[in-house]
Amino acid sequence: MSDLRIRLVQSLGLILAIGLFLLFYLIYNFNHPRGFSSQILIQNANESFVLVMVGMAQTVPALVGGLDLSVGAVMTMINTLASYLLVGWPLQILGGIVICLATAALAGFVNGCLVVYGRIQPIIVTLATGAVYMGIALFLRPTPGGKVDGDFSWAMTNDLFELAATYGFAGDGDAAWFRPFAWLPLPLILMVLVVLLVWLPFKNSVTGRGVYAVGSAEGAAYMSGVRVDRCKIAAFTMAGLFAGFAGLYLTLQTSSGNADVPQAGAYTLNSIAAVVIGGTSLMGGSGGAVGSLFGALVIRSISFNFRIFDVDPLLQPLIEGIVLLGAVSIGAARIFRVRNKLELFG
Amino acid sequence: MGGSFLELAGISKRYGGVRALEDVSFACEQSSIHAVLGENGAGKSTLIKIVAGVVRPDTGTMTLEGQPVRFDGPIAANKAGIVCIFQELSLMPDLSVADNICIADPPRRFGLIDQRAQRRRAEELLARVGCADVNPLQRVRNLPLSRRQMVEIAKALGQNPKLLILDEATSALTGADVEKVYRILEQLRRDGLAILYISHRMHEIEQLADTWSVFRNGQHIETFARGARSADEVVQLMIGREITQVFPPKPPKASDSRPMLEVSGLSWVDRLAHISFAVHAGEIVGLGGLDGQGQRELLLALFGVLRGVEGSIRVAGQPVAVTGPSGAKAKGVDMALIPEDRKTEGLMLPMSIGDNLGMAALGSLTRGIFVDESRERAAIEAMVEKLKIKIGAVDDPVATLSGGNQQKVVIGKWLMTEPRIILLNDPTRGIDVGTKQELYQLLRDLAAAGAAILFYTTDYDELIGCCDRVLILYDGAIVTTLEGDDLTETRIVAASLNLAAGEPGATDRQAGGH
Repeated sequence: MSDLRIRLVQSLGLILAIGLFLLFYLIYNFNHPRGFSSQILIQNANESFVLVMVGMAQTVPALVGGLDLSVGAVMTMINTLASYLLVGWPLQILGGIVICLATAALAGFVNGCLVVYGRIQPIIVTLATGAVYMGIALFLRPTPGGKVDGDFSWAMTNDLFELAATYGFAGDGDAAWFRPFAWLPLPLILMVLVVLLVWLPFKNSVTGRGVYAVGSAEGAAYMSGVRVDRCKIAAFTMAGLFAGFAGLYLTLQTSSGNADVPQAGAYTLNSIAAVVIGGTSLMGGSGGAVGSLFGALVIRSISFNFRIFDVDPLLQPLIEGIVLLGAVSIGAARIFRVRNKLELFG
Repeated sequence: MGGSFLELAGISKRYGGVRALEDVSFACEQSSIHAVLGENGAGKSTLIKIVAGVVRPDTGTMTLEGQPVRFDGPIAANKAGIVCIFQELSLMPDLSVADNICIADPPRRFGLIDQRAQRRRAEELLARVGCADVNPLQRVRNLPLSRRQMVEIAKALGQNPKLLILDEATSALTGADVEKVYRILEQLRRDGLAILYISHRMHEIEQLADTWSVFRNGQHIETFARGARSADEVVQLMIGREITQVFPPKPPKASDSRPMLEVSGLSWVDRLAHISFAVHAGEIVGLGGLDGQGQRELLLALFGVLRGVEGSIRVAGQPVAVTGPSGAKAKGVDMALIPEDRKTEGLMLPMSIGDNLGMAALGSLTRGIFVDESRERAAIEAMVEKLKIKIGAVDDPVATLSGGNQQKVVIGKWLMTEPRIILLNDPTRGIDVGTKQELYQLLRDLAAAGAAILFYTTDYDELIGCCDRVLILYDGAIVTTLEGDDLTETRIVAASLNLAAGEPGATDRQAGGH
């Protein structure tokens, strides 16, 4: 088999997620009166960013064969924390961002340590710590509120043109060299940056490789000299960090902090759906965060379509569930091609 | 013995109440292939686990190149130049071949793994073990077992070992691959490596090892140079008693028995092509040939595991359509398959010995809709007795048993269904001499009691010694059937390679002896 073919076969899950996303998103745009406009793109990217981050967060523990039920809670905790910190001078805001991300990573690190040194199932550890993080969020923001720097929030949730206009570079966004990409939405750029600067370096680090190895066969990884404990802790720490990105962006989007318990739960469950649609095996060892990114986009584009087709809100959860089930089933369709029933259990 | 490369002195290890090693002193030298022999449970595995840093000894000291060492994990042992190829594969199935080979210390650029350098290294190492046909991008999961084991060897070589330990590393290899491994090991020996070699295949050891050590019951019995003792004496040292013949005598061919299993025109995708044969009651029919020529698929097809199988299968004259293992064991078919990999397909490792033994026959041990526990218990104890399975209690997890006894549990599980047709897929892989012998006798007894047995094995001696007839598969088709005086190693090798019989180069060994 040629290299290309092997690569294609091995990323079938990712390709499928991209295909589903294109399908749903093109249907939406073709039927939207202002379809394919940059305005719609900005709006959709904004609505998707948080779920994309939470989905990527869930991916890393899933790769080591565990689930992290605290990603929504960490996101909410960081949201309430950021609603105090994202004000003041640019340097102050930057410091606030660093504190938020460090706190998020710490929360994930604690999860990882409890899993590794407490020898407790990840799903139980994170169920408990998730409640703790939610408690901290409620302590920080008993009622919704807070304040976020208006310029920063505006710039981060719009396109490059508004960023330039807000902070006064590239001729306030009017420079000729700037115009070809001035329409690009910031959340989309941030997604790509997170993939390029956080996920891919992690995946290609020795620890990241170890995460896949541990999820694939923990005993074999140990015998091969992989630092199993370190890899597991790193996986949960990465989950915390990605959830931190989600929390920060949620704050910028809503300009406030809100310890919303049902919202945290919904994000956690949707993150698992995003992981599965994105082609990552919940058994661990194969898949990746880019798949989950598209998995999250699939989930979001399904709900975008509800607006266009004027679906009764009472019916939306039912239809969303059926469409999700269908989407996941396509990934499972390979079983019809399996000629050796034993392969179904591998 | 001062100045040995690796020296162990007074090493003891207990697991709970069980003595695994008792006051063992052992040394191995550089530029030497040192075979460690012993039955399962003799302490070989514990010995190498201690050397490899997986297990810490209770007492005793270990010296490497004159320096006392204590390893607190395999990583530390790797750093000291000790690399293990374990019997249980240490590959990660979801990772690519290249990832697996370089997992311990991948080449890096700017702190990140350098995919190109990694690929080059994987290609070099694969070429060195003669597996240049394996694409390093391929996931290990998608490789056949024999290729995986070669990848494992490539991975070990990539760590530049000073002491290389091979634990049953050739048990899943084909004849041609074994030859390659021999050449590599010879080269490594000339390069000055110390090699510890553990295998149950006597003639491998005869060919390879210059020094032999025998272990029995956790004790180091004797170390001697190759040729200092005859094969008979070695076996005697290993089991502590004399054995006369490895294989039970073959009965004269029964002329009038009816075929129990008739297969005609069996085909499956591109792996099996028009296979027709019959197995009579009381007969042991061997499946031979190079590994991966469709033998495994043939057994799975008969057992109903494969979809889209063409052709017809008759059991005792009646046409049957088997759609899965539960159909295969049903009355009227009465088929059993002893699978290849006991850890994944044979046993439920965390469950008890009793639960495992009872699993296949539960349907016939019921009262109403409930399992009749007293009958189940009685049947299980009878089977433990019959197969002489060495256990503490039937409620212990099956994972606590040694390899040979685990395999007996797998076989016992299926014998409880009282099968008329028994399919075996390489059942003696990684099993000690004593258990193997018991198994050969058991197969003969089952055949004598009227079972039809189809026996796939990668060991030519077993084909010759144990089978009444041998079907040689090549590329998914039966190329030759050998029986009687034609059943020699030369013929088997020639037929396996799909050559005309009598090619020079292969040695002729007759049936029987050891």
